[in-house]
Amino acid sequence: MTAALRLDRVSYRYPGTATPALRDISLAVAPGEFVVLAGGSGSGKSTLLRAASALVPHFHGGEFTGRLEVGGLDTRAHEPADIAAVAGTLFQDPETQVVMGTVRAELAFPLENRGLAAAAVARGVEEAALALGIAPLLERSTHELSGGELQRVALGAALVGRPRVALLDEPTSQLDPVAGDELLGVLRRLNEEWGTAVILAEHRLERCLSAADRVIALRDGAVACDAHPRGFLDWAAEHQPELQTPGARMFSLAGLHPLPVSVKDARRALAAARLDVDIRGQRAPDDAGGSPQHAQAVSRWRRSRAKRVEPALAFSSVWLELKGSRTVLRGVDLEIAPGERVALMGRNGAGKSTLLKVAAGLLTPTRGRLRGGRVALLLQSPGDYALRDRVGDELPAAGLAAAGLAARADRHPRDLSGGERQRLALAIVLHGKRPAVVCLDEPTRGMDRGDKGALGVLLAELAGAGSAVIVATHDAEFVAAFAQRTVLLGDGRPVADAPTADVLAGGWYFATQTARILGGAALLPEDGAALLRRETRGEAGDRALSARADG
Amino acid sequence: MIYQRRSSPLHAARAAVASAWCVVLALVALSFDHPLVLCVLLATVVAAAAAARVSRRVLLALLVALPLALAWALINPLVMREGLTVIARLGTVPVLGQLDVTAEATAYGGVLALRTLVIIGCFALHSAAVDPDDLLRAFRRVSFRSALTAALATRIVPVLARDARRLHDAQRCLAGEPAPRRAVVRAVAAGALDRAVDVAATLEVRGYGAARRAPRGGGCPWSRHDLAFAFSAGALAVAGVAAYAGNWESFDAYPAFVAPVEGGQLWLCGALALGALLPFADRRGIEP
Repeated sequence: MTAALRLDRVSYRYPGTATPALRDISLAVAPGEFVVLAGGSGSGKSTLLRAASALVPHFHGGEFTGRLEVGGLDTRAHEPADIAAVAGTLFQDPETQVVMGTVRAELAFPLENRGLAAAAVARGVEEAALALGIAPLLERSTHELSGGELQRVALGAALVGRPRVALLDEPTSQLDPVAGDELLGVLRRLNEEWGTAVILAEHRLERCLSAADRVIALRDGAVACDAHPRGFLDWAAEHQPELQTPGARMFSLAGLHPLPVSVKDARRALAAARLDVDIRGQRAPDDAGGSPQHAQAVSRWRRSRAKRVEPALAFSSVWLELKGSRTVLRGVDLEIAPGERVALMGRNGAGKSTLLKVAAGLLTPTRGRLRGGRVALLLQSPGDYALRDRVGDELPAAGLAAAGLAARADRHPRDLSGGERQRLALAIVLHGKRPAVVCLDEPTRGMDRGDKGALGVLLAELAGAGSAVIVATHDAEFVAAFAQRTVLLGDGRPVADAPTADVLAGGWYFATQTARILGGAALLPEDGAALLRRETRGEAGDRALSARADG
Repeated sequence: MIYQRRSSPLHAARAAVASAWCVVLALVALSFDHPLVLCVLLATVVAAAAAARVSRRVLLALLVALPLALAWALINPLVMREGLTVIARLGTVPVLGQLDVTAEATAYGGVLALRTLVIIGCFALHSAAVDPDDLLRAFRRVSFRSALTAALATRIVPVLARDARRLHDAQRCLAGEPAPRRAVVRAVAAGALDRAVDVAATLEVRGYGAARRAPRGGGCPWSRHDLAFAFSAGALAVAGVAAYAGNWESFDAYPAFVAPVEGGQLWLCGALALGALLPFADRRGIEP
């Protein structure tokens, strides 16, 4: 049987670069296989997907060696438009991936390009829209859609032709946890029922590992690991711990084996080790109690709330009703204390970005009042802040050095890595008088774990210096590591406002993987591992006691 | 400028015909110099925009184009050395030499400004009233390169407009003075190539330009609006060619500015306006 994707000693170098983006890669993906591509930023995941869609080298130029076949078509002999008949492709940025004026036209476009009759096009559009839950959007104009909606429409356009291979580059990066899970469910169904081979590049491996048949980890453009998910986790624990899922990290820190691929796996392993009941019994689903760390966090938060300090930012019954459109914010009452670290979570369209824009004065509330000091806002695209041709022209030398970018002064801002661009944008926003509040909109999108860790440290330093920090994000793992307090927005108003430990521990979608495994007893792998170690010691002690009693 | 469906005869016409009508109107403006003809064409564009219910967008585009038109009007008298009636002697200027401003060059600057406004008005009307999706489908049958160019031209504008809005918002977030508007425009222009590459890559991976053709025979029959605008475009093209070949406008800019307003010119203006606007009179079969 023809492989869905076959690479034979493929190497590739982008034009004008010295370092190859892909190095001597040989692999084959069978029809119907679900493959996850793992690796840090710049490891070659996106380039591999672009090579599989034949954009490399036909579109990007550069130096390509080796042989790559998709659905039996050699990419050296076939243009991307020909490869599109067998492979559906989705890139990271949904804004440039929607090319038609309405959602219906967008979904019909690939089918029309394949020369299908009108009836087949209409049927394909309806089916794809139903499968992806975008049927209500069909008659909408594409320029009215939110980022998450655009992402789903772009995915629909990639999959509408029922391709033999789906090549997906971080398709969930713009989606809330609910929509992300729904999308992965659709991919799984496509994979299982239609036999579509899925090749999915993703940073948040905990979302997709359970669906995968195989994980290929790339490092510096070469295959570093090609194994089934459990084999990959073992490899990652030893060679690249930053690629571990939170659940696997918790298990390896606790010295438990085998490492779990999914929440279900982890619970089963804990049950087998007679650890689940004890841990899960530590808190009821609606109980704010739990681990000692959690209790301390709650108590700290309550003490800080009890103190009457002048807030860094206060919203009083803030409404935002768009002219001729919907109401985005509905009577928001919120106070943020100086130095507080707050996460804003909620579904796509819940009003997170709008709330930050109102805070920064980019939007004016139609009703209500806002008071506080200067608000520095970092929007979703950090590249938008650097307008000059040299990094060194954006900031004085001291500011550049403080951002750790002194060595990059002569580069063009567009040539920086994602993490560096984020640091530069943050330094530009913070330049001048110290802001009372620093707001960041989805700062971890597309970031690997290393960059996220560095960002967390930077934000903690800002909070330590007295600025309140508000982060709007879908990334529960980042929230657990960074935020003291989490505000959950629903339909334009806060529906939950509590210590992060409370919000993320009891949640279903808005929860970390560790919390889901341990029933909310801990949020982070390190805390979970400590708890498991304690329980393991207790269990061993109990066994020793009963053995002694039996003896 | 983003296309929005309106209930108008121009919107009801198929995209290829509506597009051809707009392009012919712009070409007619390019082939005439007589200020009266250009004024009538400008009024025709504005009237057509009103009839197509997109007058706000077209007037906004004309307003944005006004500085460019004024620049033409100001630059022409400074760089043209033709004309008999000197109205100002500005002495010797480095690089440009002796600068004598003539009434003829000033008047012709006004003609260039008018023509700029008519052409920009035509393309604004095109953006607002011609369905880019249908146009893309129509071009697909012609050739890949022209189709890709047309697709990029229709797609890249909204993408760049969104980029500009985002960059502007980002600049408003800064503590000091935000970057000047021209810096934002420069950044958008600098990123335009990257964006065009992204859009073109998406078109490619969606199979645009593959050798396959849509099955024939399934096309819609020509509606009354298709026919009306096709005849109108044809009539405008014929009138333009005939008037140009026969020098009906009897216009000369240099050495003396001659722009007679007599029966011939008035007939020409009437014919152009009537030929262009007549299809808008028939509103039968238009969805509300």
